[in-house]
Amino acid sequence: MRTRVVIVAIGILIGIAAGIGSYTFIYAKGYSYLTNDPAACANCHVMGDYYAAWMKGPHRSVAACNDCHTPHGIVGKYATKASNGFWHSFYFTSGRYPDHLEIKPRNRRIADGACLKCHAEITQAIGEVSCVRCHWDVGHMK
Amino acid sequence: MKEPTSRKRLAGLLFVTALLSAAVAIGITALLVNIFQRKVEAKNPFYRVVTLDENTVDPVKWGQNFPMQFDGYRRTVDQVRTRYGGSEAVPHTPSQADPRSVVAQSKLEEDPRLKVMWAGYAFAKDFREERGHAYMLLDQTFTERQKVAKQPGTCLHCHASMVVAYRKVGFEAINKMPYFEARKLVDHPVACIDCHDPSTMALRVTRPAFVEGMRNLKHDPNYDPNTMATRQEMRTYVCGQCHVEYYFKGPDKRLTYPWHNGLRGDQILEYYDTQTDHSDWTHAQTGAKVLKAQHPEFETYNQGIHARSGVACADCHMPYKREGGLKISDHHVRSPLLNINRACQGCHRWEEEELKARVETIQERTFQMRNVAMDALMALIDDIKTAAAGGAAPAGIEEARKFQRKAQFLLDFVEAENSTGFHAPQEAARLLTLSVDYSRRGEMALRTVPVPQTASR
Repeated sequence: MRTRVVIVAIGILIGIAAGIGSYTFIYAKGYSYLTNDPAACANCHVMGDYYAAWMKGPHRSVAACNDCHTPHGIVGKYATKASNGFWHSFYFTSGRYPDHLEIKPRNRRIADGACLKCHAEITQAIGEVSCVRCHWDVGHMK
Repeated sequence: MKEPTSRKRLAGLLFVTALLSAAVAIGITALLVNIFQRKVEAKNPFYRVVTLDENTVDPVKWGQNFPMQFDGYRRTVDQVRTRYGGSEAVPHTPSQADPRSVVAQSKLEEDPRLKVMWAGYAFAKDFREERGHAYMLLDQTFTERQKVAKQPGTCLHCHASMVVAYRKVGFEAINKMPYFEARKLVDHPVACIDCHDPSTMALRVTRPAFVEGMRNLKHDPNYDPNTMATRQEMRTYVCGQCHVEYYFKGPDKRLTYPWHNGLRGDQILEYYDTQTDHSDWTHAQTGAKVLKAQHPEFETYNQGIHARSGVACADCHMPYKREGGLKISDHHVRSPLLNINRACQGCHRWEEEELKARVETIQERTFQMRNVAMDALMALIDDIKTAAAGGAAPAGIEEARKFQRKAQFLLDFVEAENSTGFHAPQEAARLLTLSVDYSRRGEMALRTVPVPQTASR
């Protein structure tokens, strides 16, 4: 009898946490992060300017956020989404981030890698040069 | 029946699980509330709490409608040094005459050559690093310059919120008043109403001397910045109303911006030399009729690459900042060096340290040139004194005095400008070169050799 009470109590507690958790997940459009839709990245308003700038940029009809900002393998893609997703949420929640965002070296390498992959035919001869150092506005037109 | 230990274990399990799931629930709820707040922020609400009109001078009232802008505005009380500017809080013993307990560092103590340059003028008595906007009226009221000279009401044009006072009493009338009589008409340093239309919040200029100055500059007596300037121009003009070179014209002490020939230092000097017989004072050591240059930021900025690229004062000194989902102008007006991410990195894709180093390189070079020009001027002042005491030919001394006037005005034009050359590095270098050349020609005049009257251009 007593064991049953305890199990029911535990079940209620877990249910409450799960309920609030899934409500929060839906309210925050958590499911949208599993898609490839660029609008998902602009769920947080901090990305609004970058989303708008992408829509003005030359790559808007050929590449979405994930095409340049995540590696192309499935493992690398979801590992990067998880890592960036966590840290972006962390800084957005805490509010501690600069107004003009600066890309981190790792993410810059990923973006450069994406350039080289799609534009392989004309970039084969180019060695260790960062594409976006000069072509900084190909993704987002200010 | 269960063993008692097993029952205890179950109770313990229940307790720990409850604690853990409570912690999880608290965490998720906190996150939920945070997400809710962020979503609300993105909706850009504006609440009209009070009605503002052309008589609302008190910025506290405006702050009720615009709390975020007001918060920034109030932060101009901060005193932070940069390498070549900014102000440092220096303790001051309050007295009956001067109740301030904190002032800024004395520039006269930092460079005593300034006392020689300004000998006989009130600036040689008290000249401190400028503090933030919040202190403009306080510091003007209590500077020792008020004690050694009788200042006119003209000064308030740029040290107080004047919109209502000018409308009710008048620009000309206040210019003529003694300072402390005019001072009774005003209560606030520069306030919201000075730059914003209370019904639309649109930027506007409200200073008569600026409008007159722009008319003279553009040779168009009907020019009206409030109807003819672009929005981006207005983001510079509101600052240019006051951060300029000026003089008090004639016995009425009419505030005048000397832009008739153009905005560059030598064009302004030419205006003073040929279109007026104005001098600010007679130099106490040499008898030269000399001029004091006053913070010509607007003029200098206009010679620089940022102005040429269409960047306004507000873009760097009041850059856009994010407050939740809102984008507002940072009303904490200050040195961009204290706010590099917002002020510079929107356009310049370099690290903060690199950008700071670039600015300081320009300032260091300008400061070195300024010191060379200052030494040249000190030598000229010294030699004019010696020549006069030794009974040199009056014609040569008079000519040397004229060169001293030119040399020290152009030097002061760079010295008094609050960017140490950054607003227009090559223009600052050009003016300092002209200044050194005028000091050189002044020395030649004393030696009674034929002096070339113009530098090759």
